Amino acid sequence: MTLALYFDYVIFPILTLAVILSFIRLYKGPDVADRIIALDLIITIGIGMVTAFSLRSGQALFLDVAMIFALIAFLGTIALSFYLYKRRMQ
Amino acid sequence: MDIFIGLLSTIGALAILFASIGVVRMPDFYLRLSVTVKAATMGVGVFLICAAIVFPDSEVPVKALAIIFFLLLTAPVGAHMIGRMAFRSKISVWKDTWIDDLESRYTVDEQDEKPSAEE
Repeated sequence: MTLALYFDYVIFPILTLAVILSFIRLYKGPDVADRIIALDLIITIGIGMVTAFSLRSGQALFLDVAMIFALIAFLGTIALSFYLYKRRMQ
Repeated sequence: MDIFIGLLSTIGALAILFASIGVVRMPDFYLRLSVTVKAATMGVGVFLICAAIVFPDSEVPVKALAIIFFLLLTAPVGAHMIGRMAFRSKISVWKDTWIDDLESRYTVDEQDEKPSAEE
């Protein structure tokens, strides 16, 4: 079994299952904060998936996408928690 | 070499899977937060270490280490910010949580916080 086949049949299904499980929390999270951390987890798994695809396809260019994802994840988390804070103030 | 990369990426994928199982199964917002951030950051970090090992040219490990450094820098900051906002907006803790060090403090804080927020 080569490394590409191993990535196709083991690593990517595990990551997909992780995304589906955190989508369950995004759907039924009882509060906004639960949904925020579910979104944060999904973007973090997205960084992992992009890196795994870069490993599988052998093209290092995809790591730039992972870097942009990391930036966007941090900005989105900060912005959403600031929104939560402002909403409580009103 | 391939076996080593496969082993490392399996560890990373399992860490990410445990993080998302934890975010579904944990009973409380704060427990979910503490499970998610650490495990997912570790999993993605292991994947990026794999990428730094695999690609031979000197540009990729620097990029991967930059992403790892950025994740390690921003994940605790974001988690702390969400946790603080959640505690201030009084999201309830789990019924079996028996240590709450901030329980009496934030009720005092909130009273003298409100005038400053209306400015």
